[in-house]
Amino acid sequence: MYAFEFKRPATLAEAVTALGAEEAQALGGGQTLIPTLKQRLAAPAVLVSLNGIAEIKGICTDDAGRLCIGGGTTHAAVAKGAGAYPALAALAGGIGDPAVRNRGTIGGSLANNDPSACYPSAVLASGATIVTNTRQIAADDYFQGMFTTALEPGEIITEVRFPVPMKANYQKFVQPASRFALVGVFVAQFKDGVRVAVTGASTGGVFRWTEAERALSANFSAAAVKGLKASADDLIADIHGGADYRAHLIGVLTGRAVAAC
Amino acid sequence: MPKDGIGASTKRREDIRFLTGNGHYTDDINLRGQTYAVFVRSQVAHGKLNKVDTSTAAGMPGVLRVFTGEDFAAVGGVPCGWQVTDKHGKVMLEPKHPVLAQGKVRYVGDAIAVVVAETEAQARDAAEAVVVDIDELPAVIDMKAAVAGGPLVHDEIGSNLCYDWGFVEENKAATDAAFETAAHVTTLELVNNRLVPNAMEPRVAVGDYERSTGQHTLYTTSQNPHVIRLLMGAFVLGIPEQKLRVVAPDVGGGFGSKIFHYVEEAFVTFAAKVVNRPVKWTAQRSESFITDAHGRDHVTKIQLAMDKDGHFLALRTDTYANMGAYLSTFAPSVPTWLHGTLMAGNYKTPLIYVNVKAVFTNTVPVDAYRGAGRPEATYQLERVIDKAARELGIDPIELRRRNFVQPNEFPYQTPVAVVYDTGNYQATMDKLIEIADLAGFDKRRAESAKHGKLRGLGVNCYIEACGIAPSHLVGQLGARAGLYESATVRVNATGGIVVMTGSHSHGQGHETAFPQVIADMIGIPADSVEIVHGDTANTPMGMGTYGSRSLAVGGSAMVKATNKIIAKAKKIAAHLLEASDADIELKDGKFSVAGTDKSVDWGSVCLAAYVPHNYPLESLEPGLEETAFYDPSNFTYPAGAYACEVEVDPDTGKVKICSFAAADDFGNIVNPMIVDGQVHGGIGQGIGQALLESAVYDENGQLLSGSYMDYAMPRADDVPFYTVDHSCQTPCTHNPLGVKGCGEAGAIGSPPAVVNAVVDALQRAGHTSVTHIDMPLSPSRVWAAMQA
Amino acid sequence: MPKVTMRVNGRQVSGEVEGRTLLVQFLREGLEMTGTHVGCDTSQCGACVVHVNGAAMKSCTTFALDLEGAEVKTIEGMAAADGSLGVIQQAFQDHHGLQCGFCTPGMVMSAAALLAENPKPTEAEVRHYLEGNICRCTGYHNIVKAVMAASGQDVSAIAAE
Ligand SMILES: Cc1cc2nc3c(=O)[nH]c(=O)nc-3n(C[C@H](O)[C@H](O)[C@H](O)COP(=O)(O)OP(=O)(O)OC[C@H]3O[C@@H](n4cnc5c(N)ncnc54)[C@H](O)[C@@H]3O)c2cc1C
Ligand code: FES
Ligand code: FES
Repeated sequence: MYAFEFKRPATLAEAVTALGAEEAQALGGGQTLIPTLKQRLAAPAVLVSLNGIAEIKGICTDDAGRLCIGGGTTHAAVAKGAGAYPALAALAGGIGDPAVRNRGTIGGSLANNDPSACYPSAVLASGATIVTNTRQIAADDYFQGMFTTALEPGEIITEVRFPVPMKANYQKFVQPASRFALVGVFVAQFKDGVRVAVTGASTGGVFRWTEAERALSANFSAAAVKGLKASADDLIADIHGGADYRAHLIGVLTGRAVAAC
Repeated sequence: MPKDGIGASTKRREDIRFLTGNGHYTDDINLRGQTYAVFVRSQVAHGKLNKVDTSTAAGMPGVLRVFTGEDFAAVGGVPCGWQVTDKHGKVMLEPKHPVLAQGKVRYVGDAIAVVVAETEAQARDAAEAVVVDIDELPAVIDMKAAVAGGPLVHDEIGSNLCYDWGFVEENKAATDAAFETAAHVTTLELVNNRLVPNAMEPRVAVGDYERSTGQHTLYTTSQNPHVIRLLMGAFVLGIPEQKLRVVAPDVGGGFGSKIFHYVEEAFVTFAAKVVNRPVKWTAQRSESFITDAHGRDHVTKIQLAMDKDGHFLALRTDTYANMGAYLSTFAPSVPTWLHGTLMAGNYKTPLIYVNVKAVFTNTVPVDAYRGAGRPEATYQLERVIDKAARELGIDPIELRRRNFVQPNEFPYQTPVAVVYDTGNYQATMDKLIEIADLAGFDKRRAESAKHGKLRGLGVNCYIEACGIAPSHLVGQLGARAGLYESATVRVNATGGIVVMTGSHSHGQGHETAFPQVIADMIGIPADSVEIVHGDTANTPMGMGTYGSRSLAVGGSAMVKATNKIIAKAKKIAAHLLEASDADIELKDGKFSVAGTDKSVDWGSVCLAAYVPHNYPLESLEPGLEETAFYDPSNFTYPAGAYACEVEVDPDTGKVKICSFAAADDFGNIVNPMIVDGQVHGGIGQGIGQALLESAVYDENGQLLSGSYMDYAMPRADDVPFYTVDHSCQTPCTHNPLGVKGCGEAGAIGSPPAVVNAVVDALQRAGHTSVTHIDMPLSPSRVWAAMQA
Repeated sequence: MPKVTMRVNGRQVSGEVEGRTLLVQFLREGLEMTGTHVGCDTSQCGACVVHVNGAAMKSCTTFALDLEGAEVKTIEGMAAADGSLGVIQQAFQDHHGLQCGFCTPGMVMSAAALLAENPKPTEAEVRHYLEGNICRCTGYHNIVKAVMAASGQDVSAIAAE
């Protein structure tokens, strides 16, 4: 790790100021950033820990019935406290291992936007809104390719607002080594239609599988997606599985998610 | 009979320190004035090293010195401990392995330079500032390409073929002839996947030098400190043994990877003298992946010739064995003497011919990993038998039984040199059928089918050669070391005992099991015996722990020394009891005169030895301390039968291990609890190899599975509870304990069971074209096989 | 250099650290408490697991300065004051849940966190919870057994396995 100055502000406002410094970077749970720093793949001059900021932690429901999760809320807290959105709670409870969940945060996961991360699929399938210290970003605008998001430098995710679907389920097929998603599919059924988001599979990061959405909006059953095949174009091929295999898994997991709803 | 004698599941005394955070591992050592070494390693697999510019790095904060290959030009290379002679009588090609690269780099991870600085962070900062000018050369990764005119890993030896070994060469013509006339021939091509050992404790080395005495000390994560002292002292740095102490304190697992002498050990020892301060190097896990010797990596074609009833007539194999870029300490012996000699397995195959081409490639050196050669032999043999059974329509268990060496045929001379002393393969198979409840398989299979899962059953046998090894024999085979073991048994004046052994425990529980043996022999409580190991300064020269040899060889040395102690103690007792020593009996810690009620206890005899007031000084030296070296007369041959049941998810190809059962014959057992644990651990690693683990290189020689992000280690939820049994016991006939060794069995016997089970599941589900899938049986591979 | 203060195993400790000093470095190098181990550099092996404010965390993936005022518990704090083994530690010894001992501190700390959350876990729950703790020696059999035994469950049937 390169040396850096460590700051631990107690308020969002202080954090925003601290992040205004040259080469400053936010630290969430550190479960991605610290291993990255160890590899010397990042070299912030100032690391601004968000862990002391109470105002970006916690879970509540807003007037519109959305489940609002503070950007600094740990996966463990979501697993335990997001009972209003069971599929989301289950997803959070399946990220990494208990020690990772006790430290890693939803804001960190979304800011990082790992193509194999779990949360992005829930956010996209739910049509959630990402709230930052400066603005609100719709999920459909937020994810911009692997490890790329709409966030500006220094922008802090303070909250994520999830509309709660009538039914939803997340199916994660783990990559055997990292245990991130080799493919993960989040299916959410709303009154006005079904959204299906796929993670782990694409070189472009999380994406919506629109063919499946159409089929499921017409007929919300596993049978409706049975014959449907995701395209293998632009899918990830690595030592854990080729593009064909991932394409196949997308279909299988979508069917399973629907069946489990 | 003492309560903690042979056969008792005594709880491990070493656990107390490990469970309370009081273990003493090498990385826990911090010497006064210690400095830190960080290696600059090659990021390319093959290249011409033009210039290493250390000028910037040398001037950075905290830097004491930057070392490069030039600093080591005058010292030796890291030696290889085994010289194999090929089928033409030519000795293997043996390129020099310099401590730091000279002229060329040969794999990603090859050591180029080292920064020594006041802190680890400073050393790392400066290491990044070392400028390395390399002309990258085309790398050769694939073994067949390497011997078919690929780029030369070592220009000076002119070939990538280290040796072309034929065994038994005299059998070749007859073997080939048997194939010509056989009723049935089964052929299988397979890969034994390359593995990264991954002991959980990364390697660490701390060098220290005492200028006033010229004494070097190396603390290192080693399975065999004496071997390191010999190799490094004599061959690399030219330090005589009396000036070099090597200490391997608590070691966090080895599995073979900590047998070998590594350049980092030589470096810290050398550098500590140069900078005149202790020098510490701790591997980061990512560094372990590209510097610890890897395991396996064989590509094999095996053929089995049978008569119409499935009797084995002949076996021949062609194997390419990867050596990596340099010869690691015991690398040449693994695919030859530890592999070819086991090709008979548990069977009476009259003719066997094994060809092994050992190949240099631009990859990390490959050497012994848990089982070392024997898993490779077992895997191919048990896979081809399974395939043969399917082709012939014979039940795979029946086919094996038909060809077993029968219980009345021991000692059994195999056609591949070794002689099995004892065994009973029918008995372990019977035991397996019972403990694995094979009778209930069909019912379980129907149950799985209800849940949409394809269940399969895999069964196999294994045999291994442990208790390594008769020195005169291995000497003929090219070993450059003896393979005896040693023990000094020191009895103290008040009767307590300290055993100094050349064996080394890095998880095997010697501190608990060895005293059980002595307790049994003398009839004193086990906790009055302490074990000292791991320090060349206070243990006799011994070869260390690997190849399941500790109890069979090290334990035998201890028994020998203890017998000397007992013989002398009897003389003392005879004197005290005014009897003839021939009449003295030792039982339950008491010496008595046969047929009388005269006796003297153990403690009084020990005291007399050290306070020799009433003592036969004219005929007997005072004191009670004996050393013995034990050189085995044969290998030991643990064997057994394993069964695995799996469920395959037909939609995703994911394999779940439903059950795993092992029936082993380890001969006599000293501590059943520890033996169970060894088998469990081996099975866990075998399942890892079969389903999860693989060191994958791309064509440029970059290790794609270079961290736990991509190298899949077995986790708690990948495996079930195992059913293990070692009640079938045919004691070893040639060591005093009748023990055979149990450390590797699980890792040797389990991969074929898993693969046999998966193939069985697919076959039963109608995928009849699937006769083999290469390990690891990842979901994507199994799925792809089902699509074929 | 900045200073950090925390409680480790009930004892108030403080020390000067760099921004980049990890909790595990502070423990091992700063406090010379070497019971907590480092087995990887990608936050996956769990050899370094400690409790921070009662929750299991990877001390290799937490900065010391982020834990100002925190309550940290390590393997050194798991035995009774007189040095006798705690219930989980004793179960690990009784059931041979360790071999080389390198993963053991993390295993014990994770097991303790599990039992605090779930006093009677099933086999599957134990295996799942220990997903982030890699052991190369034991094949996990006796670890799982030890954790179940520590929770007061009868594991004698497993012994026969
Ligand atoms: C062993 C292991 C297993 C894992 N398994 C999974 C898995 O199965 N599925 C999965 O999805 N993830 C997994 N993860 C990743 C984990 O979920 C991380 O917690 C997450 O990716 C990052 O969150 P963090 O809070 O730790 O962020 P950090 O690591 O602290 O930061 C990550 C990035 O986000 C930025 N950042 C952090 N917080 C904010 C914020 N509030 N606003 C703006 N930017 C911010 C940082 O600057 C950094 O660039 C795993 C991690 C580990 C170590
Ligand atoms: S050291 Fe491996 S997870 Fe912390
Ligand atoms: S006991 Fe050795 S790694 Fe677990």
